[in-house]
Amino acid sequence: MHPIPTLQVEGLSVHFDAPAGPLPAVREVSMSVAAAECVAVVGESGSGKTQLCLAVMGLLGRGAVVDGSVKFQGQELRGAPLKVLNQFRGATLSMVFQDPLSSLTPHLRIGAQLTEVLRHHRGAGSRQAWTLAARMLERVRLPDVQRRMRQYPHELSGGMRQRVMIAMSLLCGPALMIADEPTTALDVTVQAQILELLRDLRAELGMALILISHDLGVVGGIADRILVMYAGRIVEAAPVADLWRAPRHPYTAALLACVPALSGPLSSRLATLPGQAPQPAEVGPGCAFAPRCLRSEDRCRRERPTLSGSGAHQAACHFPLSA
Amino acid sequence: MRGLRRNRVALAALAIMIVVALFSGVGPWLNPNAADTLDWAHVAASPGFEHAHWWGTDRLGRDLFVRTLEGTRVSLAIGLLATLISVGVGISYGAIAGYVGGRTDHVMMRVIEILSGLPLIFFVIFLTVIFGRGPALLFLTIGAVGWLSMARIVRGQALSIRQREYIEAAIALGAGSGRIIVKHVVPNLIGPVIVYATLTVPQIILFESFLSFLGLGIQEPRVSLGTLIAAGAGEMEAAPWILLIPGGMLALLLLCLNIFGDGLRDALDVKER
Amino acid sequence: MMRYFLTRLAGAIPTLLIIVSATFFLMHAAPGGPFDQEQSLPPEILANLQRAYGLDQPIWTQYVRYLGSLLHGDFGPSFKYQDFTVTELIAQGFPVTLELGVIAMSLAVLLGVPLGVLAALRHNRPADYAAMSLAVAGIAIPSFVVLPFLGLVFGIRLHWLPVAGWEPDSLRYLLLPVVTLALPPLAYIARMTRGSLLEVLGSDYIRTARAKGLPLHVIVMRHALRPALMPVASYLVPAVASIMTGSLVVESIAGLPGIGRYLVQGALNRDYTLVLGMVIIYSTLLIGMGLIVDVFYGWLDPRVRQR
Repeated sequence: MHPIPTLQVEGLSVHFDAPAGPLPAVREVSMSVAAAECVAVVGESGSGKTQLCLAVMGLLGRGAVVDGSVKFQGQELRGAPLKVLNQFRGATLSMVFQDPLSSLTPHLRIGAQLTEVLRHHRGAGSRQAWTLAARMLERVRLPDVQRRMRQYPHELSGGMRQRVMIAMSLLCGPALMIADEPTTALDVTVQAQILELLRDLRAELGMALILISHDLGVVGGIADRILVMYAGRIVEAAPVADLWRAPRHPYTAALLACVPALSGPLSSRLATLPGQAPQPAEVGPGCAFAPRCLRSEDRCRRERPTLSGSGAHQAACHFPLSA
Repeated sequence: MRGLRRNRVALAALAIMIVVALFSGVGPWLNPNAADTLDWAHVAASPGFEHAHWWGTDRLGRDLFVRTLEGTRVSLAIGLLATLISVGVGISYGAIAGYVGGRTDHVMMRVIEILSGLPLIFFVIFLTVIFGRGPALLFLTIGAVGWLSMARIVRGQALSIRQREYIEAAIALGAGSGRIIVKHVVPNLIGPVIVYATLTVPQIILFESFLSFLGLGIQEPRVSLGTLIAAGAGEMEAAPWILLIPGGMLALLLLCLNIFGDGLRDALDVKER
Repeated sequence: MMRYFLTRLAGAIPTLLIIVSATFFLMHAAPGGPFDQEQSLPPEILANLQRAYGLDQPIWTQYVRYLGSLLHGDFGPSFKYQDFTVTELIAQGFPVTLELGVIAMSLAVLLGVPLGVLAALRHNRPADYAAMSLAVAGIAIPSFVVLPFLGLVFGIRLHWLPVAGWEPDSLRYLLLPVVTLALPPLAYIARMTRGSLLEVLGSDYIRTARAKGLPLHVIVMRHALRPALMPVASYLVPAVASIMTGSLVVESIAGLPGIGRYLVQGALNRDYTLVLGMVIIYSTLLIGMGLIVDVFYGWLDPRVRQR
């Protein structure tokens, strides 16, 4: 007997209407996130990982057409009216964005941006909201909380702003938090701190987390499961240890090879992937990775592989790597 | 350009403008009346077919059809000519400021800031006092209307272009400033210049009518839509068409020019900075 | 905030001084004098008149005396309207013009911004097109066409409102002129607000606000409106200038006893003191407006305050 997954996505597709024709960004993605699970979605820019999560949150604009099903705690969110969406967003379902400077409202003080979430979702009074917000900022290890709450976003450093964003999305105790490349805009040392913070908070709050990244190395230490995306589709899904040890999709293997290892000779050259990810419109009938794949054959170009495999480890490849 | 073709309203405006311009040139030929003959038998006549006073006559018996069309011609002519002057001055000023940069640019831009802050009517009044009300002054003051925004745009473009690498390359290869300006800066300017020139024409026509209305612009015996409207305003109760016809013509002209200019700006996606 | 305001104020005073001085010297530099319009006066009387008004003094003396009397609030006598001082003329006419201008400006902002917001939120739908068409008309059609036309429709045909004339404390006479004056700035403000709001709504921080589950009205009013109003704030000073210019025409067509006519008449009559007085009033208004806008900016965008 399985409990309802916190998030259940079935056949989600997103395409944009452009004068030259529809541009697909996400193609028939199905995935699920269990309670308190951490799933990492990894891929190059243009793989659709951000669009996927924006579609889940219902944050895409009018130019985007979304198909498929998104069920959060059993409730269908795709196409739901704004009032319904707003019950979940910011409260039980929250998102942290990549660039904390542009993602915080420049003319409102930090305290105000935090308290409005509590006042709106919890009906908290302003004093109560202020106290709760301050407490959350302490929890995300922001120093000098009272002073910072009275300041404007541009007066804080990048790392501090990202902590604020994380605090903002934790205020109502979400069941699921989506973090879109939360460390990409930050220094390496701060990156490590933020990731550690996320890991600790997850453990404390029992919260599910979707972590989006283009960097396998970043997610390795925190994720339970990894989904690898390429050209709008999931090409491999596996528990983190299995993925690392025995990737089945050639793309995943190539990505792993790109992560610099601390062991090994210093002079070895960094591995790279030849070629570039295809533009949304360029993808042919077969496997999207075929043009760059060293193992590709005729069948790969003609016939698109679907996710297959035993148990938790699945890959979309006609000739997957063996363990 | 594709965007413009899809903007049917803007194209309609353009078509109407062209028709009006042609009509104002050809129209008076079709009518036997002259612009300043006083037809005492038909003073303040309402529009009709009597004596070919298709659009009626004014308080002095002058035919409104011919006068309105002549006023339209004058306004269009002033609009186009003065726009050319504005464009010339604006481009030169802006190109020099943007290309030379540094202190010169700073000073030149401050001048523009101050000038655009003060209502133009003050200048006009001063200059009218000094030079009297002649046509030369009219062109001068009216030309002064449009060049400010043109200069700003051009300077912005010149500034950004100058910083691009291929200009550095050209300088390194020994190309002189003049050559650089002509071969590199100018082609990038054509888009914004055309858009702002198109939007300057109605500004100028408006300003000229405004001055003529106040009595500071076109003088007798020449006719301008502004003077016609001024005369018409006094006759509102008894003979409203004396106001409505030139007023309507001016409104139509300005509307079409503005709509077309806006359409052009949207199509070429030109922004202030 | 206070320091910011005071710095701005300190910068405004020299500007005003420059404008006044420039006007003074320009007026005196132009050929001709205030008594040229009259029938040619016998030279002795002309000399007497000039002496009486202090016009025979060297220009610098006149300048200093003028500045001195300004500080006492004395704009000097009018040369043309010989029974009045400029101060009296201004005192008579200014309240009318001020009332006209303030109401027009308020109307332009109070109607223009909501119209722009509406158009932005109903982007590419009928309400948007309707609002923007109105805006183009407002910008394109000049006040001296609009006012007579409105007068024709509402005054003469429908007999709802008076066409011209004026009564103190009676709004009926001001209604059509105010609407006419307000129309172009209203149109510009509506367009600007719409464009600016549309741009702001595409920002990352608006996406965050949506992700927080905030309702639309909160997002627009609290998060989007303030940055969207920045270009509108820049426009406020040119808007005042445009209303000032427009009032010249509107006052003369509607027969309102304001100060607008004094500027034109004063220049044509070479009435130095009157023109100078007018220029000072108008410049002070513009500069004052500029100060208010600067302070407003500081409130809209906190980053500006620290520069």
